[in-house]
Amino acid sequence: MTSAVAAAGLGTATRAGVEVRLENLRRRYAGVTALDGLSLTMAPGELVALLGPSGCGKTTALRLVAGLEQADSGRVVVGGEDVTGQPTNKRDVGMVFQAYSLFPHMTAWQNVAFGLQMRKVGASQRRQRAGEMLELVGLGGFANRFAHQLSGGQQQRVALARALAIQPKVLLLDEPLSALDAKVRARLRDEIRRVQLEVGITTLFVTHDQEEALAIADRVGVMQSGRLEQLGPPTTIYSRPATPFVAEFVGLTNRLAGVVRGGDVEVRGTRLPLVQPDAADGPAVALVRPEAVTFANNEDTGPGPLVGTVIATAFLGATSRVTVDLGDVTILAQLPTSEASAHPAGTRVRLALRPDPVLIARDEAAAGRA
Amino acid sequence: MIAAGHPDVKTARRPREGGRRFPLHWIGALPFLLYVALFLLLPTVIVVVGAFAGKDGPTLSNITDLNQQFVLNAFVSSLLISTASALVGAVAGALLAYAVATGNPRGVLRRVVSSACGVLAQFGGVTLAFAFIATIGSVGFIRLWLQDRGIDIYSNGVWLTELPGLVLVYTYFQIPLMVLVFLPALDGIRPQWREATESLGGGTWHYWRYVAGPLLAPAFLGATLLLFANAFSAYATAAALISQGNPIVPIAISNFLTSETGRNNPGLAQALALGMVLIVAIVMTLYALLQRRTSRWLR
Repeated sequence: MTSAVAAAGLGTATRAGVEVRLENLRRRYAGVTALDGLSLTMAPGELVALLGPSGCGKTTALRLVAGLEQADSGRVVVGGEDVTGQPTNKRDVGMVFQAYSLFPHMTAWQNVAFGLQMRKVGASQRRQRAGEMLELVGLGGFANRFAHQLSGGQQQRVALARALAIQPKVLLLDEPLSALDAKVRARLRDEIRRVQLEVGITTLFVTHDQEEALAIADRVGVMQSGRLEQLGPPTTIYSRPATPFVAEFVGLTNRLAGVVRGGDVEVRGTRLPLVQPDAADGPAVALVRPEAVTFANNEDTGPGPLVGTVIATAFLGATSRVTVDLGDVTILAQLPTSEASAHPAGTRVRLALRPDPVLIARDEAAAGRA
Repeated sequence: MIAAGHPDVKTARRPREGGRRFPLHWIGALPFLLYVALFLLLPTVIVVVGAFAGKDGPTLSNITDLNQQFVLNAFVSSLLISTASALVGAVAGALLAYAVATGNPRGVLRRVVSSACGVLAQFGGVTLAFAFIATIGSVGFIRLWLQDRGIDIYSNGVWLTELPGLVLVYTYFQIPLMVLVFLPALDGIRPQWREATESLGGGTWHYWRYVAGPLLAPAFLGATLLLFANAFSAYATAAALISQGNPIVPIAISNFLTSETGRNNPGLAQALALGMVLIVAIVMTLYALLQRRTSRWLR
């Protein structure tokens, strides 16, 4: 694979990734704010995933970088050059769309060679480069197939090869895996990351799938209402969410009523440290990850705030997700499958909360029940 | 209690293997198929047989009679009118369909044009001929209104009842038909293809030259062929406008079947009809092939 990249002249030595800056981008559609002052700097060769629910502005951000839409204000700077006013075909960006973007009347290699044709690359060089790019994405033997003769995953690989063939400064991926089934999605996700690392291209990846974003990105930007809620490495986003929205959007979260006192929050008789220790005292909702919920060593299942009945167990492979009814609330615990299977549905269990730092939300209604 | 080895479960009877069952959903199509058989296939067979039948048995004389100047002229005129009205209808209809396709999918333009085209594509015959006679006929109110202002659209003769007039009148139903047939192809063009072209360095010209043009070409050609066949087989409108001579093939067939002046010649009429059937069959085969390609690309 590496030789294919080298032969295609796409190694980092030929074109190292460039820095990409989005500066205070704003965009409104008919009174609705899609982007509200988005700023983001991507390091050369970095893969940043923008993650968020529908309508959060992530696709708008990507389209502004591509030049497919114009910002109301703000700048897009690629490799030190302000491209804000440039049309898409002058920006030197490669783009992979959600699906159905291959030209259906062209074969795979004709699709890949199309951008080179637009750049007036000679026919023999086009054919050679297109072949090398198809090798890079593992589709060397599919050069003469049309889109309708390829699976969804293969089509997206060709689209990736087509985007990379022109040696763009930036690669933009607009939910490229969303139309694929789970198994193909996971495989292609790894494939995209491998190719991106080999080529060393700065990449913006837009997705609403948190697992995808956490798995593929150097940094993840979680967006809501046109703003970046948090930008950081996947581990930080997951384990140190900056806001309740991030905590609840990324991964599963138990919302447990508690009371903040002196930099800790007391939840059902257990004191947990806070991510923000300067939080004011008072009722609050603690956002507790299922991994922080365990079975207590204490076998006593007499009445207590963390004693309840297992009502369901979802097998996830090495781990299982156990749902426990505590009477006034149900709580999720993610446990090793061997441990979970020892407590089938109907079993009385005592839970414990691991003292990981937790985030709180000021949800008065819920906190009032604490 | 269920004894081991004797499950108290009755399994559904498996369908009989082997032997084909008549697909029941075909029953719904039977009346239509019967109708087509009676009024399309049977007449075609009658035409084919009749074209080779004479008073004394099988003959090629009807076919050889086609090689007469007035018959050839009728075929040439029919082909010219059909080609001209198909081309005009295809271009104008494609432009209108493009305007609709690029507009709001739920907008007024699409709803109005779609509904109007559905009606107007079937608008022909005496009513259509009358509409043109009443407006731009020799005593039509638009003709007279223009004449009062010094503009005589018939300074070189009343062309409405000649071949140019037929092209104009046919265009009236050709444009709506083109919209109906071509709009689905335009709707099948995905916005991502233009965006992909742009992100790969292409502009509007490149998009139309290399992407949208080749994708739409089979649909456009196929629709044009359909329009050609539509005009080629049209009879009632031409018959209502033209009362003399054998200017086009359908009128010539009618004249040879119903003439009261001794020119009655059913054999020649059937030979003419056979010629029409062959031409329309070739055109429709090409249309079907192009449609197949279009449907593969523009799903």
